[in-house]
Amino acid sequence: MRNILLESLRGALTEPPPPADEEMLAELARALEQRARRRLGRSLAIRQIDAGSCNGCELEIHALNNAFYDLERFGLHFVASPRHADVLLVTGPVTKNMREALERTYAATPDPKWVVAVGDCALDGGMFAGGYACVGGVSIVVPVDLHIRGCPPAPLKLLQGLCALLSEVGTAKASALPVS
Amino acid sequence: MNILDTFADARLIENHRPWPRAIVTADGWRHAASQLAQGRWDLVALWGEQRAVHLAVRDPGANGFAVLTLECAGGQYPSVGKLHPPAIRLERTVRDLFGLEPVGLPDARPWLDHGRWDVQHPMGSREPALPMAVPYQFLPADGESLHQIGVGPVHAGIIEPGFFQFTAGGETIVRLEERLGYVHKGIEALMAGANIDRAIKLAGRASGDSTVSYAYAFAMAAEAALGIEAPPRAVWLRALMAEIERIANHLGDFGAICNDASFAIMQVQCAILRERVLRAANECFGHRLMRDCIVVGGVATDLDDAGIASLLQLMTDIGKRLPRLSELYDKTASLQDRTTGTGILSPELARQYASGGFVGRASGRGFDARKVIAYPPYDRIAFEVPMLEEGDVNARVWICIREIEQSASIIRQILEHVRQGPLRTGMTRPDEPREGAALVEGFRGDIFVWMRIAADGTIERCHLRDPSWFQWPLLEAAIEGNIVADFPLCNKSFNCSYSGQDL
Repeated sequence: MRNILLESLRGALTEPPPPADEEMLAELARALEQRARRRLGRSLAIRQIDAGSCNGCELEIHALNNAFYDLERFGLHFVASPRHADVLLVTGPVTKNMREALERTYAATPDPKWVVAVGDCALDGGMFAGGYACVGGVSIVVPVDLHIRGCPPAPLKLLQGLCALLSEVGTAKASALPVS
Repeated sequence: MNILDTFADARLIENHRPWPRAIVTADGWRHAASQLAQGRWDLVALWGEQRAVHLAVRDPGANGFAVLTLECAGGQYPSVGKLHPPAIRLERTVRDLFGLEPVGLPDARPWLDHGRWDVQHPMGSREPALPMAVPYQFLPADGESLHQIGVGPVHAGIIEPGFFQFTAGGETIVRLEERLGYVHKGIEALMAGANIDRAIKLAGRASGDSTVSYAYAFAMAAEAALGIEAPPRAVWLRALMAEIERIANHLGDFGAICNDASFAIMQVQCAILRERVLRAANECFGHRLMRDCIVVGGVATDLDDAGIASLLQLMTDIGKRLPRLSELYDKTASLQDRTTGTGILSPELARQYASGGFVGRASGRGFDARKVIAYPPYDRIAFEVPMLEEGDVNARVWICIREIEQSASIIRQILEHVRQGPLRTGMTRPDEPREGAALVEGFRGDIFVWMRIAADGTIERCHLRDPSWFQWPLLEAAIEGNIVADFPLCNKSFNCSYSGQDL
């Protein structure tokens, strides 16, 4: 077992950290200007919520934990409860049958919190927009700080978005924010 | 004997391919339900339309398929689920979506309709919804010292939403009841009136992990309806994509099942291999999950020499590493202790539910659409369908491992056979309604697609049946008598699709 472990993990499978995406940074900056954020440092706990996705986004979010992307090296990790989370990673066009569960998960997440909407459906309902069964877009239900587009977004794209989130959270000047 | 020969007064419908469709009487419909209940035929699908219900059945003895239709005068039809339990959830769905009442169905509760839509019967009468959602009644469980654990719809991991109501005596599960429908997106309603290009993209989003197989099945049904054929190169490339998808998913499951038994090293190793598979897919076809790469009439992307080389390299790599991982799995007593004898699905239930995929094949039902229907190019490929009888988590793991090996061999054969040539056949306007059906073997089991294309070439009605419909109910049976802590392990070893079932 030890040999198998060492063989595969020796050398550099892990990708170099991607530069934060400019467009996403701009979106975040806008979001942060509007809402006060306490400085958290470079560590965020993520809770993923499937609000009606086809499960494609989940597959790529899963991939973030593999040796190539190794999300935890950035201090980002997935947690099992919204009560432990700083970030909600929401996928899907928000089906009407999931709307209340999403609202309640958001309410259960302590402040300060960020919402990242993942995938084209999470932006505006994508191909499922306009039907009787979908609300259409996460931002209709809960405030969204960042959209990561794609169907599904590849892990590197997800990583870029999350790094952009980290760098904004990390560099937001505490003095510039209202003291509560 | 042909299935339709057993009906005295079946009226055959023209322009339905490749299997026959016939309108039957209520007596004929009851005869079909009784054939299913007696185990003579397999239930393939049951779906609705505004004023009719359809039943797709297979006669395993003669290897025949047929679609039976009953026109529902007065908005009702004799329940199949009353005699044949695998149809119960399907009939609850038909009632939710179309308002057609299955007379005699023992379960009066809704299935996909949680009382949250603005309309009732969204594909039927579209009446306004009731002002208040009726609370869902779970089935009772009586006994001394029983307690209940409700889990969901949001779960602790990165997985899809659904609700599980456990009733347990101490650690032991006495009853599990699933409640699904949370990710119902109304895909079939969105397909109605859509053009074929949009409809196949919707089909490819029914269940993301099976995006290739859904598009494959949709394309084959549409081509059957329109009477066109994909060119040979496209036929080979489709199968190539389907096998890449199968390997990627089985690798993910193998790792994840072991991880749910706290054996994380296997997850790490399998995730590395899976990532390599997805990268190869991206290199070959321009998308890691190969989404929207299959189109009606052929394929949308071509494979170049660099792609072939990287696939061959990948198959060599998997051929080298997989035996070592399966040996590690086999020789780790602590892991075997968790998977062997856990979550046993009996061969009788697998047969009754005509359960496909690794779930069926680990419980003695060897059905594989690639073999049984032998749609091209599988009629020209040598491969085996692994089968076991034990029906436990361990058996399902071994089926996955063996299927990865088979798929690697299939991929090598495809790469030897595939020749240069056109990628897509043009579509023609049908000028009259046409109907088609297809059954394609996805990684999870057989995916059934049925459609009626209108004269103007748009989709009039399309039905997608995920293999999970006949696997989810069996998880409830397999978990009985196991401990609550083994549920994640059992659930992962079934790996049913929430989105594919909810649609």
